[in-house]
Amino acid sequence: MTRFDLTTLPLVKPLLKSRWPQFVIQSIALGGFIFAIFAGLVGTPVGNHNFSIVFVWIAWWALLMLVAVPIFGRGWCSICPIPLPGEWLQRGAALAPQGHGLGLGWRWPNRLRNIWLQNGAFTLVALFSAVVLTQPSVTAIVLAAFLFVALGASLIFERRAFCRYLCPVGGFIGLYSQVAPLEVRVKDTAVCAAHTEKTCYTGNADGYGCPWQVFPGGLVKNTYCGTCVECLRTCPHDNVAINLRPPGADLLRPTGRKLDEAFKAFIMLGSAMAYSAVMLGPWGGIKSAAYSVGSVAWFGYALVFLAFIFGILPGLFLLAVSLGELPASRRPTRKAFISFAYTLVPLGLTAWIAFSLSFVFANISYLWPALSDPLGWGWNLFGTAGVGWTPYLANALPTLQAIVLIGGLIWASATARQIAVELKGGLQQALPVIVFCFAVTLGLLWLLVG
Amino acid sequence: MLTRNSRWLLIALALTALVIALVPLPATLAQPADRHFRIEASSFEYTPPVIAVNPGDRVTLELVSTDYVHGLYIDGYDLDLTADPGQTARLTFIADKPGAFRFRCSVTCGPLHPFMIGKLNVGVNWLLWRAAGLAVLAATAIAIPRNRATFKDRLRGALSPRPRGPLRVTARTRLESINNCK
Repeated sequence: MTRFDLTTLPLVKPLLKSRWPQFVIQSIALGGFIFAIFAGLVGTPVGNHNFSIVFVWIAWWALLMLVAVPIFGRGWCSICPIPLPGEWLQRGAALAPQGHGLGLGWRWPNRLRNIWLQNGAFTLVALFSAVVLTQPSVTAIVLAAFLFVALGASLIFERRAFCRYLCPVGGFIGLYSQVAPLEVRVKDTAVCAAHTEKTCYTGNADGYGCPWQVFPGGLVKNTYCGTCVECLRTCPHDNVAINLRPPGADLLRPTGRKLDEAFKAFIMLGSAMAYSAVMLGPWGGIKSAAYSVGSVAWFGYALVFLAFIFGILPGLFLLAVSLGELPASRRPTRKAFISFAYTLVPLGLTAWIAFSLSFVFANISYLWPALSDPLGWGWNLFGTAGVGWTPYLANALPTLQAIVLIGGLIWASATARQIAVELKGGLQQALPVIVFCFAVTLGLLWLLVG
Repeated sequence: MLTRNSRWLLIALALTALVIALVPLPATLAQPADRHFRIEASSFEYTPPVIAVNPGDRVTLELVSTDYVHGLYIDGYDLDLTADPGQTARLTFIADKPGAFRFRCSVTCGPLHPFMIGKLNVGVNWLLWRAAGLAVLAATAIAIPRNRATFKDRLRGALSPRPRGPLRVTARTRLESINNCK
């Protein structure tokens, strides 16, 4: 497949090799992050007038799901402020390598070298999302918890253990970054094989060893590459490229498919469906149940939510995979189940985009008053405090959502078909999985457009 | 590689998709009527949550708030009304746009305010049916056989002995294994 190395364009490589542009953006993001915690704790408890809710769950979410993940993959991770304080302490520097930092530098336990903890962390946040997304103080506590856990992880473990193994957001960004049209890869693997120092992993005077604990020479998927471009800085052979590539190229690579990632796909798709019903549906009883944490109704909601994402959805998918194996009189294998689960990556991403379109455009106009009065204290810093609520694109959104969902179905079905070929099964093996994707798409259409 | 039959089938599916997506559909045969709905707004739901009318109906909504001040904004119609607690707000309009439209609270009323949503159905939701039809076509188009010889090839492959040679280790596979071991 064709690739175009963006570092061959003028200015791109100097901009990426210099630490300053990244540092400036990260510092601004860190300032905004800390201010969001502050606003959540001391600002108005009215969510849609508080900077923490409006900028984190509406503006940042829109940026992440509608732009950053589909186009840049893990691009957000390269400027994310959450690991910064810990990383600066760990390195003993905020910019280029110098001196010694703090921290024990322990190796992350082998048994936990997967994304199960990230799956659990996301599910936990998702269970409380009706409160987290609407209560500024709870948002502030969650954001502060992210910051302190990341700080602790940096001081105990080597490199970015939090981002790689704990961050609830990083898990799904990694999964969906496989569809992005950008990748960091080496130009020639033979050069890496011959390079005995492996400075991209160990670091040198020009940069740090890969913070994501990935050896760039063996990188075949975006999932665990944080696009921090340290390898671009440390490679003495100019062997690292930032490629423009066909979207979804990673989905068809059979290596590195794992059960934890497969379940991440179920969790994300199931959550998108559940959120579409709970948040955007007309059923007030479900909203109240999701919000009243600790009540009997909430426990019922939590049980149904968990059963759906961990039981019903994977169970139906297993049934589809089993049906595909029937013509060949084979039993469904773990390999087939895991491999076909990657068809849910484009389906899940488009489900989240369709959900976010509705949620974001209905509420993004809260941004203008929150900009002028971020704490809800009656300020009018930029003269926009009085701008009223207006849903944007209300006429066009349902059509747009339908197009996105059908696009996701086409992409997922094509992926299923190619995975079936790779598994030596052909169309018969892919057909039930395509039917599964079709049924999910119909469900989402009914929830979001119906 | 598509066979000739597959190619024709794909062209037929594409034409059908265009028909499903673009062809105007007849309006409902029902006579326009006056419709009255009393909608109770409370934190954070509308009762009834879904109302259905026919295209052309003259619709009167009575919004009654049972706790705080609530609003009702109808997407697509750009209509808004606000009700104070214990008071009734009225709005009359002609339902001249068919489809499904969300109505949502337009006055900040509490934590779940952004998610206080109801639904107005005006006639048949053709967008949903068109989208469902296109989804069927999309899934069918992907499932069309690409190569007439696939089955034969598979059969031949299954019957012929598989060559067994030493595993070829390239620089790429060796380097990939480093990340898999980590």
